Amino acid sequence: MMSDWEVVIGLEIHAQLATRSKIFSGSSTAYGAPPNTQANLVDLAYPGVLPVLNAAAVRMAVKFGLAIGAAVAQRSVFARKNYFYPDLPKGYQISQYELPIVSKGSISIVLDDGATKTVGVTRAHLEEDAGKSLHEGLANASGIDLNRAGTPLLEIVSEPDMRSAKEAVAYMKKIHTLVRYLEICDGNMQEGSFRCDANVSVRRRGSEKLGTRAEIKNLNSFRFVEKAIQYETSRQIELIESGGKVVQETRLYDSDKHETRSMRSKEEANDYRYFPDPDLLPVQISTDFIREVASSLPELPDHKAARLARDYALSAYDAGVLSASREIGAYFEDTTARLGAAHAKLAANWVMGELSSALNRDNLDIADSRVGAAALSGLLARIVDATISGKMAKEVFEAMWSEGKDADAVIAAKGLKQITNSGEIEGVIDAVIAANPKQLADYRAGKDKLFGFFVGQVMKATEGKANPAQLNELLKNKLHSGS
Amino acid sequence: MLHTLSIDELGRRLSLGELSSVELTQHFLARIERLNPSLNAVITPTPEQALSDAAVADRRRAAGDKAPLLGIPLIHKDIFCTDGVRTSCGSRMLDNFIAPYDATVVARLKAAGAVMLGKANMDEFAMGSSNETSYYGPVKNPWDLSKVPGGSSGGSAAAAAARLAAYTTGTDTGGSIRQPAALTGVTGVKPTYGRVSRYGMIAFASSLDQAGVLAESAADAALVLQAMAGFDPLDSTSVDAPVPDYHATLGTPLKGLRLGLLREFFEGLEPRNAALIRDAIEVYTALGATTVEVSLPHLPMSVPTYYVVAPAECSSNLSRFDGVRFGYRCSHPKDLMDLYKRSRGEGFGAEVKRRIMTGTYVLSAGYFDAYYLKAQKVRRLITDDFRAAFAQVDLVIGPTTPTPAFGIGAKMDDPITMYLNDIYTIGANLAGLPGVSMPCGFVDGLPMGLQLIGPHFGEGPLLNAAHQYQQATDWHRRRPSGYE
Repeated sequence: MMSDWEVVIGLEIHAQLATRSKIFSGSSTAYGAPPNTQANLVDLAYPGVLPVLNAAAVRMAVKFGLAIGAAVAQRSVFARKNYFYPDLPKGYQISQYELPIVSKGSISIVLDDGATKTVGVTRAHLEEDAGKSLHEGLANASGIDLNRAGTPLLEIVSEPDMRSAKEAVAYMKKIHTLVRYLEICDGNMQEGSFRCDANVSVRRRGSEKLGTRAEIKNLNSFRFVEKAIQYETSRQIELIESGGKVVQETRLYDSDKHETRSMRSKEEANDYRYFPDPDLLPVQISTDFIREVASSLPELPDHKAARLARDYALSAYDAGVLSASREIGAYFEDTTARLGAAHAKLAANWVMGELSSALNRDNLDIADSRVGAAALSGLLARIVDATISGKMAKEVFEAMWSEGKDADAVIAAKGLKQITNSGEIEGVIDAVIAANPKQLADYRAGKDKLFGFFVGQVMKATEGKANPAQLNELLKNKLHSGS
Repeated sequence: MLHTLSIDELGRRLSLGELSSVELTQHFLARIERLNPSLNAVITPTPEQALSDAAVADRRRAAGDKAPLLGIPLIHKDIFCTDGVRTSCGSRMLDNFIAPYDATVVARLKAAGAVMLGKANMDEFAMGSSNETSYYGPVKNPWDLSKVPGGSSGGSAAAAAARLAAYTTGTDTGGSIRQPAALTGVTGVKPTYGRVSRYGMIAFASSLDQAGVLAESAADAALVLQAMAGFDPLDSTSVDAPVPDYHATLGTPLKGLRLGLLREFFEGLEPRNAALIRDAIEVYTALGATTVEVSLPHLPMSVPTYYVVAPAECSSNLSRFDGVRFGYRCSHPKDLMDLYKRSRGEGFGAEVKRRIMTGTYVLSAGYFDAYYLKAQKVRRLITDDFRAAFAQVDLVIGPTTPTPAFGIGAKMDDPITMYLNDIYTIGANLAGLPGVSMPCGFVDGLPMGLQLIGPHFGEGPLLNAAHQYQQATDWHRRRPSGYE
């Protein structure tokens, strides 16, 4: 039974740092170039070349450490992780082992029931990425693309604090939000800029002892993380319940079949023979530098959510959505500032509703939105001053989105201006009533549902432009006045 | 004869127009052609490039350039990458490797106007003390062709001793400049770790490797080191400190110099060797130096410490030679593992493999603490010993090697005896200190070396002390017969 079991999850997230050049060489880190066009002699590990640390990567790691309230080491050491693989040109990866740059931080996540949970971050260390082996399109051979070799990564290792796939996803999303806030990672999961390995084990509920874990490698979407952990959890429980034993191993997730399968066991694992890299000096970080980086940190997601909720009287949920990225927060605040803080909830609904769905539909970032904050606030102002109804506004928004015009131009061009003149609306109502004597009689005889029929007829006659609130009010009076 | 002149004198004649760099280059090229076949010191001569570089140097001279090394020919150890020229590191693994760039040492000397005559033979990947581990065969000692020249910079040392170039470059990881300098009767300088860039120098043991120079005299070596030394942004372990004018301080009197006699260096020293060192110390006391006996209690552990640290680093440094991107690749590999195993198995020689295996072992889980970590602790203790000694003395003096050059083949079957050849030199590498070896006499007709070790970045006083000795003696002027 699932409920007898508890799953224990820890994540190792690899965030590619958004430096222009690689961590130990001057090659570009831009994604998508033809194979091996962004690999210089250092990346190719030519005889005699030496690594030189990119200071920008160190700064980014320090930013992350400060943002999660971690200890930033004044002295951290690069070590060599030795193993042979064709996409690892030096035969070792430069990483950090005993003395990482960041240790002992934490992140808070919000659970389904609204409670907050703190997840410990054991450490975050700097390392270089490997290249890629290409197996497709080559007959009887494998290709090696070293463009990615030497790309800076921050490996963020959590404590085994998560107890469900959902918690793991919430944690990963939180880190994802944070690294983009800090502008240290573009967060692009399709391109592999943000990916994770999940350590999963199960134990009988109430047991203190951790079960044997399996490590699922290279999960590059939130959905895969969730599915892989769910699959792996069931697999381990079923295995134990049927008398088997979980073995410590590395597993791969197959996103087509939604299952994990064994890659290598502990016995086959490499002895990486870590030792301090003699080509690189220990990284020394002064308190002045830490202070300077701290003063450059942006407002962080948790802080922003709390502020938005307080300053704009938003729900915790809305504030959370609107602080999911710096851009969406800025968009919301810009829109609200133009519209007036009293209408913050209207702005929030539109940013989270129409705007978000349009962005999703066209696969655009908010920074590239076809309707900017100024244009959206222009549209919302027309709702506020009752020029158009909320329903009409959606139509106007679609036109603004596709034509790139502002709200007033669309309203004028489409003649969408709401009819708010009571006399004019009354005239239409009178005509509709006169033309539908039977329905009038039925309504008056108690068929209340026919009220909607009359609203529809008036709207039809005014091409939807009658102010709905006024129409309701006037129609009610007219229908009842004759009885 | 041109090849007997100092760099200073050659520069003077070139500046006066009495001599052209092309003539000088032709002279040395002719010596290489005539003398190298029996020595096997030079494995890749580059005569065409040399003559064209010499012509360029002559034009620079004519335009008024007076750079001290301008137009003066040298030979580089084949561990330094040289753009467009095979850089083999003495290994079958890199027999086909044409370096696509210049090492910083090569680039700096090129900029100073140096003319490269070719590349010198060496122990494979600088692993050896006799130059017998080279894929290109052993180098012979010009003093006795049946003897080794020492190693790993054996080709550089033999070439300098046979005057195949005005000077040669070398590298010193555990004595690889000083030991062959001693065994061939030349002056060898190993600078402070971090003084000269390691960029482009094929790594053996990164925390120990240091480039230096082999020349006839300390004065010549000072001019060369001047051009080689200095911070390099491409080498994070190079030190960003100004390079003093080494040549300018060569005339400093030695009065009051405190020479440290290392008890550990003299215990059990072979009597004839000890006598030569005592003679040298007398020369120094006559020049005004005083002597102080000092002890480095952890120094006797330097050889085992070195043979943990150096192989550990080499086992990792040499992983890049995998048959994938450059260098030797086995024929018709069955699969990836076969490619790795046979390329490395066939591409590396026995001594390199021995050290890769030793290094892999000492870094392995379960052995790391007992070997690598322990060795690092002892290394720190040795460094502290030297530091304490340099609080009392200015320089340390002693022998460079326990014995003169031994016979080719004599120690090849016994790696431990071979390793003990570096017993006096390894300490300076572990502590990162500068050292000099220079000729101080003969045992059995073979030259012996006197070693001076200075404190970190003490190259100036060290070179001056060597120069003062060479002003008072003429051991460094002795030449092997047939190479006068």
